[in-house]
Amino acid sequence: MTPTIALLLIITFLLSTVGLLVLIWSISTNQFSNSQNAARTIFTPGEEGHSEDPAREDTSAYKGDSKAAKEAFTARRVQDQSSKPAVLIWLSSAVFWLLIGSFYGLLASIKMHYPEFMADSQWWTFGRIRPMHLNAVVYGWSSMAGIGAVLFLVPRLFKTPLRGTPYAVTGAIIWNIGVILGLGAINFGLSDGQEWLEFPWQVDFLFVLGGALCAVPLLLTCARRTVEHLYVSSWYFLAALVWFPFLFFIANVPKVFPGATGATVNWWFAHNVLGLWVTPLGIGIAYYIIPKILGRPIISYKLSLIGFWSLALFYSQVGIHHLIGGPIPTWLVTLSIVHSVMMSIPVITVAINHHGTMWGSFGRIKESPTLRFVWIGALMYTATSLQGSLMALRSVNVITHFTHYTIAHAHLGMYAFLSFILFGAIYFIMPRLTDREWPWRRMISLHFWLVAIGILIYFVSLTTAGWLQGLALLDAKTPFLEIVQMTIPYLQARSLGGGLMVAGHIVFVVHFIFMLSRRGAMTQGPTLFRVRTKEISQ
Amino acid sequence: MTRVLAIMMGAAFILLLATLTLVVMPYLQMSAEAVPPGLKPYTQQELMGRQTYIANGCMYCHSQQPRDPSFASGDRDRGWGRPSVPGDYANDWPHLMGTMRTGPDLFNIGARQPSEDWHLIHLYNPQAVMKGSIMPPYRFLFRHVEKAGPNDKVVNMPPPYGPGSGQLIVTEEGMALVAYLLSLDHTYPAPTLPQAKIDEE
Ligand code: HEC
Ligand code: HEM
Ligand code: HEM
Repeated sequence: MTPTIALLLIITFLLSTVGLLVLIWSISTNQFSNSQNAARTIFTPGEEGHSEDPAREDTSAYKGDSKAAKEAFTARRVQDQSSKPAVLIWLSSAVFWLLIGSFYGLLASIKMHYPEFMADSQWWTFGRIRPMHLNAVVYGWSSMAGIGAVLFLVPRLFKTPLRGTPYAVTGAIIWNIGVILGLGAINFGLSDGQEWLEFPWQVDFLFVLGGALCAVPLLLTCARRTVEHLYVSSWYFLAALVWFPFLFFIANVPKVFPGATGATVNWWFAHNVLGLWVTPLGIGIAYYIIPKILGRPIISYKLSLIGFWSLALFYSQVGIHHLIGGPIPTWLVTLSIVHSVMMSIPVITVAINHHGTMWGSFGRIKESPTLRFVWIGALMYTATSLQGSLMALRSVNVITHFTHYTIAHAHLGMYAFLSFILFGAIYFIMPRLTDREWPWRRMISLHFWLVAIGILIYFVSLTTAGWLQGLALLDAKTPFLEIVQMTIPYLQARSLGGGLMVAGHIVFVVHFIFMLSRRGAMTQGPTLFRVRTKEISQ
Repeated sequence: MTRVLAIMMGAAFILLLATLTLVVMPYLQMSAEAVPPGLKPYTQQELMGRQTYIANGCMYCHSQQPRDPSFASGDRDRGWGRPSVPGDYANDWPHLMGTMRTGPDLFNIGARQPSEDWHLIHLYNPQAVMKGSIMPPYRFLFRHVEKAGPNDKVVNMPPPYGPGSGQLIVTEEGMALVAYLLSLDHTYPAPTLPQAKIDEE
């Protein structure tokens, strides 16, 4: 390392640390005037202590017990209804892409231990199916479900009906066209060739447009907000709104970054899609839903703000941990490793808040489907991130890099964390939009157990395979083909786990369609009313 | 509105800082890096092959970045070549470094396996030369004809892997792909980057 570079490294590190200290100071001295009161803004007056859960039986849902409280409650119903067309189109599209994307995932998985499977045509070759899987689940499912949930939460967070709903509806249509064209292009062999950036840059323009159209209602609604405090979820959503277009634009500018620099930009982008796009959406949703269902504010509002700013500072610099050992200047890799380890600060603050708020109420996951999905998702966020910090250490990465271990981590994050939270959010949102309850609690239960067991098998088998594969690769005495053969049983186990997950998704989608088309068991009741039938997931 | 602006500006500023350290600074440093004199530019055919490599997703199973032996000695011991340096990638748009080694590193496959016929047989059916491989067959890069023309490249698959009757010829794309694979030869000398030792972290 040359002295100038070492100096630069030290400077950026100091800058991050100083930034963090300034923020801690400003938060602790109330520069942002965010006291614990801000944590209560998500409740209507008098609602605290009451659970807002569509699927709870033992206590009746809170509808307000004074005039003011009743008015606030009615206002919230109006807010929920204001976002209905926009949220429904984003969520329905997301659910559709989940089904398509996981179907491609299963296909790719089978092809990895059974290479002759559908191998005769280029349309179904592994190298095209796999990126179609990734892009369908990242840009189709995760992003669209996340935006749908944000559109639903924003009027509630700002306590005013959503303005500019048609923009969001148009945005969804354009976004869908983008996903269709992008997947088609990959299938036709027109991929741009970089992981997470496979969509041709000409198509990427549609995502920028669709996303920008979505930003309009968010900003309009924000401008009319009637709340004094900005709840922490809105911090994450607002920031994600700034980050994603910026990232997506820089990474997709064609023909600027050659060779090795291209690789750094590629991974700077890819990890920021994870860290500064889907993660803020996931954590922001959990920050709203957990306290709401428990009827209890998060335990430390200040901590949540430290968590937010330290996430921004550290996560934005971790991208190069995907190139450890690669042909990249060492200072750059070291910088990302340091920040990866520092990521434990935001992760632990978020963990204290999520799990601390849950403390003493863990039994509630037995009855509430939403809480069960969301809290397990939050727990897996903690797990994935701590695992990630370890994986970024050179001594661990030298083994796990290039192996199935990374894939296991990727699904722990994208599935057990993010997708679980999104499932929970959809179970929460849909009854409030359609004014009816989910038709069959058993289907929710079946969905849960299929995907939970599926991802467990997926994660355990690939983690084991990856670790063994990594150790063997380092030792040239083991012939390569022997390593390939050794992983096959684990890859088969992954197909089994993936098969269960896909089955779970089919159950979920069928239930979702029944909900939308108002068929199936009708358990009536206005959105915020508790239902009368037994709707408890066991 | 001020607080909303503060959050959004703060978020933008932080990302700007990260862009500076992770995009701009590496760009400045690495574009100043010397290109090794032994690096040859791609021919038209090799570029077409590279496109075929991308279109069929070879990079999801194959990396192109041997690591330093002081860090991961397995890469050298398996014959994957000297550690790559930024200059080696000067002609690569986009980079194809990869993140998986479901199959071996291919940065020096042209030197390790210079036989065109081996590659063609392997691509048509990896099992024919590597029994038990999980690499997918790429039969769609070949054509099955009654009688090959004078300019066609014929592949002689060892039985029982051939098509039975008739002859097997390679498509233009298939030839280009193999040309690209053979061009993957970075055995010329290049100064290595200083590497961190494992125990540093
Ligand atoms: C599903 C993963 C997978 C994909 C996709 C894949 N390969 Fe492979 N590849 C392997 C495996 C596993 C091996 C090792 C066994 C063997 O030689 O067949 C291998 C071996 C090779 C080898 C021989 C390497 C050596 O050191 O002997 C070459 C060359 C090769 N692949 C080229 C390609 C090309 C070109 C493509 C894209 C058209 C491709 N591979 C796509 C898995 C894959
Ligand atoms: C502190 C937090 C985290 C750290 C430090 C971290 C670190 C890492 C590291 C070191 C890798 C391996 C790179 C490689 O060897 O190729 C990786 C891969 C990955 N991580 Fe994380 N991770 C964190 C959190 C997360 C979260 C929350 C998610 C999901 C939302 C996630 C999703 C992924 C994915 C999808 C990959 C695979 C990328 C690819 O190769 O395509 N990570 N992470
Ligand atoms: C339904 C069952 C699923 C199966 C069977 C499955 C299977 C797969 C397979 C086979 C790969 C390729 C791994 C490789 O190249 O070695 C993969 C990659 C990936 N999948 Fe899935 N997947 C499923 C669901 C999901 C979901 C729902 C998400 C996200 C929400 C997701 C996110 C990803 C990501 C981010 C990668 C890239 C990982 C990397 O490059 O490291 N998957 N998946």
